[in-house]
Amino acid sequence: MLTDENLKNLELKAEAIRETIIEMLVAAGSGHTAGPMGMADIFAALYFDILNHDPKNPEWEERDRLILSNGHIVPVRYAAMAHAGYFPVEECLTLRKFGSRLQGHPERERLPGLETTSGPLGSGLGQAAGIAYGARMDGKKFHVYCAMSDGEHDAGNIWESAMFIGANKLSNLTGIIDRNNIQINGLTEDVMPLESLRNKYEAFGWHVLECDGNNIAAFVDMVGEAKAITERPTVIIAHTVPGKGIKEIEYDYHWHGTPPNAEQAKKWLQELRTLKGKIQSEHE
Amino acid sequence: MINPNVKLKENIFTSPDMAATRDGFGTALLELGETNPNVVVLCADLAESTRTLPFKEKYPERYIELGVAEQNLATVASGLANYGKIPFITSYATFSPGRNNEQIRTTISLNNVPVKIAGAHAGLSVGPDGATHQALEDIALMRAQPNMTVLYPCDSEEARKVTLAAAAHAGPVYIRLAREKTPVMTTAETPFVIGKSNVVWESEHKPEVVIFATGTLLYQALMAAKELEFKIPTVVINISSIKPLDRETILAAVKDAGAVVTVEEHQMAGGMGSAIAELLAAAYPVPQEFVAVHDRFGQSGTAPELYKEYGLDTPHIVEAITKVKARKEGSKGV
Repeated sequence: MLTDENLKNLELKAEAIRETIIEMLVAAGSGHTAGPMGMADIFAALYFDILNHDPKNPEWEERDRLILSNGHIVPVRYAAMAHAGYFPVEECLTLRKFGSRLQGHPERERLPGLETTSGPLGSGLGQAAGIAYGARMDGKKFHVYCAMSDGEHDAGNIWESAMFIGANKLSNLTGIIDRNNIQINGLTEDVMPLESLRNKYEAFGWHVLECDGNNIAAFVDMVGEAKAITERPTVIIAHTVPGKGIKEIEYDYHWHGTPPNAEQAKKWLQELRTLKGKIQSEHE
Repeated sequence: MINPNVKLKENIFTSPDMAATRDGFGTALLELGETNPNVVVLCADLAESTRTLPFKEKYPERYIELGVAEQNLATVASGLANYGKIPFITSYATFSPGRNNEQIRTTISLNNVPVKIAGAHAGLSVGPDGATHQALEDIALMRAQPNMTVLYPCDSEEARKVTLAAAAHAGPVYIRLAREKTPVMTTAETPFVIGKSNVVWESEHKPEVVIFATGTLLYQALMAAKELEFKIPTVVINISSIKPLDRETILAAVKDAGAVVTVEEHQMAGGMGSAIAELLAAAYPVPQEFVAVHDRFGQSGTAPELYKEYGLDTPHIVEAITKVKARKEGSKGV
């Protein structure tokens, strides 16, 4: 359980991550807004509470591995990494620019700490499985997390991997699905229905948990529960609000792949700062 | 005559021993099981035909079954390599690197992790299975990816060496394998180094044509060179390392002979012949004939029937040598 002080600290980190996302997107002039904003709370929880990691030694062998399968939301990861001390926060403004380590989609070899290269959807869960399988062969104790989008569950590769992970009972792996119900062409249930996601994963041999992905305390509790289950892999279906924190873009799939302009960014940053870390959770 | 320095077998032209390159691959996996604890083998429901079964039986804890799921085969291997293992992934070349090409591109080549991809049953010679199973574009797919090394052994013994070299190489590697038994030309003493090519045949007189052959068709190329021994002097070079190419050996031979024939069981587009042509266009342009599949799919049949139909057998190689020699002489105004 988080103390009130810890929780407050994480909420402030999430706000800082959101501000950095907006600043980097407006500087880049292209990129994805909805997903990164919706996942800011989860990435704050991961980088500032859950992950066993060392920003000064990103190749530390015993570190937990966070695999980002849906590489297009990488601004949230860059922002979280910068605030955690992997690199200077100012470097975030180089996102998507020539010569930057912060490529439009993440590349492992360019920036230490990214773990994998991703963007083309559906291939992160298999990589997470390979790392978890290898680690278990060697009796390693670190944990593997794989963040995925809901939309990428249209891809067959995800289900091949889900089947493999279930069959091999890789309980040292936890999947995190950003269930924000949007993808480029519209709502997931209109484009290609995913429900029941819970039943699908259960049928593949997984333990399934669900929570409000914008409620940091709830998410931290779910990860604790997931790690306590050692018979099966666990997936957390994290219900998030796309664009969370900026009222005018929340739930709107048009913001999937669009960045704010300078004027919008200014307004949004003002809006975020008045929240003082306290975004409204769906459970409140 | 056969170049004595490469220590080929003596019975090549009389009664050659026959073995499949996939067998050499399987033998090497067993050796690696013994010598390298980091080697793991991933299989997509083809343990017997890709020759991973003996490894599975001897090292079950390092054998991973994926089922008929080639995209997951590539991505799980990427994760294992990322963690620190040396994964060999095995399937038919039409499926891996065919079906899972994007996964290989993003999660293995761009990610730059040391996954070793063994594409079995490549080429027309898989025969009766027909066009669906005859990979003829896999070399093109693999050599177009940065960071990827592309190796195509000429016989089972070289396949063994190629597999050992792939395991020792730091980056991703594609190994092209064939189903059918073919003549064993090389011996344990024949050198194999990634990025190096061996001269296997040299006429007594100054060569007029250089033949670059890759894979098991090296045998047909040697037969063609032998047939023309007293008519057209040639050099035959085994291009088992398609990427990287041995620029030095290739350019020296081309400058000496002035005309080129490339021989491969693959589409002309993007294959070994293309790689040679790309090198020569920039460094030393000469007439070149491509013995390869020319923009057609395969079909059912025996390997000899298909080699004849698609122009890959010894008579077609002889024809290509004769033709390129005439082109060279024509271009000189002779």
